[in-house]
Amino acid sequence: MMPGCIQGLTYYVCDCIFYHRVRPGRQVMNGFADAAAQAFGLIAAGDPKLVDVVMLSLRVSLASVVLSSAIGLPLGAFVAVTRFPGRKGAIVVLNALMGLPSVVVGLVVYLLLSRAGPLGSWGILFTPTAMVIAQTILITPTMAALSRQIIADGWEEYREQLRSLGARKAGVALTLLWDLRYSLVTIVLAGYGRAASEVGAVMIVGGNIDGVTRVMTTAIALETSKGDLPLALGLGIILLAIVLALNAAANVVRDAARRRYG
Amino acid sequence: MNPMDMRPPLSLLPLHLEDVVFDVGQRRILHGITLALDAGSRTMIIGPNGAGKSVLLRLCHGLLEPTSGRVAWSAPEPPHAPRRQAMVFQRPVLLRRSALANIVYALKCSGVPAPARFGRALSALSRVGLGALADRPARVLSGGEQQRLALARAWALDPEVLFLDEPTASLDPGAAHEIERIVGAMHAAGTKIVMVTHNMGQARRLGDEVLFLHQGRLVERAPAERFFRNPATPEAARFLEGELPW
Repeated sequence: MMPGCIQGLTYYVCDCIFYHRVRPGRQVMNGFADAAAQAFGLIAAGDPKLVDVVMLSLRVSLASVVLSSAIGLPLGAFVAVTRFPGRKGAIVVLNALMGLPSVVVGLVVYLLLSRAGPLGSWGILFTPTAMVIAQTILITPTMAALSRQIIADGWEEYREQLRSLGARKAGVALTLLWDLRYSLVTIVLAGYGRAASEVGAVMIVGGNIDGVTRVMTTAIALETSKGDLPLALGLGIILLAIVLALNAAANVVRDAARRRYG
Repeated sequence: MNPMDMRPPLSLLPLHLEDVVFDVGQRRILHGITLALDAGSRTMIIGPNGAGKSVLLRLCHGLLEPTSGRVAWSAPEPPHAPRRQAMVFQRPVLLRRSALANIVYALKCSGVPAPARFGRALSALSRVGLGALADRPARVLSGGEQQRLALARAWALDPEVLFLDEPTASLDPGAAHEIERIVGAMHAAGTKIVMVTHNMGQARRLGDEVLFLHQGRLVERAPAERFFRNPATPEAARFLEGELPW
């Protein structure tokens, strides 16, 4: 999952390197290598601005993942094991919502939370809370749609045995969620990847306020346009490293669990 | 505590099937089966592939609904009451938790109060010789051990009727022998056995009576000893000739 902002940054850096094209009034960069060297310097020095942005990013995305797991996974399990009118339509909608553009989610949440909006009295627009809400809305359908698929496959295998034991529907959904927990880890990671890398929703509802709602992706977008490429690139490197480390850790846990529990 | 104390007084058996038909799409799998299964005896269901044996078992156990006809137990089975019948499948489906926890889960589903679950599960495990593996994750047990665990899970529920669908089909002779021993012990403890098998030796060893199915019809029903010595119908005779080459 390549965050869009990183792609944009890459194009920009390439422009600098190959065409020496830099926006007027911006400090001239000597290219990717220099920027990368300075970026690693910032990371190694634990630059406080960088650390703040990284910590806020982690907090917002992790909170969104926890919330959307709590909503999306049981929802997926419910849709997988129950029959109700309109179930097929619900599955199509869930799958379609996986491709929800983050700016659209940002816009809708912005309209809801803005002063004139129905939830304007909460006064949480341009706060991390608003960002968590937007990201939760963004990734919950992904969690639900993907977990529905995994639970439905599991249900095929377990159905006769669980019905034979007389397990109730609600119990069945929880049993499957727990029994397929190692497969669901991948889904949670996919959700985290989407939350951590999206820029549209947090930009709109957070406002990218320095020290308050600035996260890695919005900072990268901003610093790139300002021409502070080392900071932007440093953030990009950290963002990739976090996603990579989480995936690697999850892989190790899943493989160990598979060996141990079968 | 003796689990028999909690059993409602009415017996599930006999089970009556009245003109049971089962279709899948346009294809008729069972053509009007009428029979009664009484308590006590061990019933073996045999017949060639596609005769409808497994479907018949699932209809009896309530995993499938008949297209027409009636499957009626002598005592009512309310939809959410603890089940008084159990089934063991060809490939056991075990949960990703310990052997013991698998049985505890089944006891929970069947409404056994929490304090009684652990002891009952442990005693069922030791009856099938898995007492030492109680804490082992169920899914990493060998095929034979997994099937014994599935039997222990069924036994812990103390069912009146146990349905088995080719429980030894994918096991080696030693493991299969162990399964037969356990099924025999459950029968001795008072459980009605209804078993589908492709293994004629097994049907002879375990069976009191035989239901012979052929192309979705119950062609012959006879005491096992008589059936194997002298089948009454040409279909059964041909089937046994093919299955028993001696």
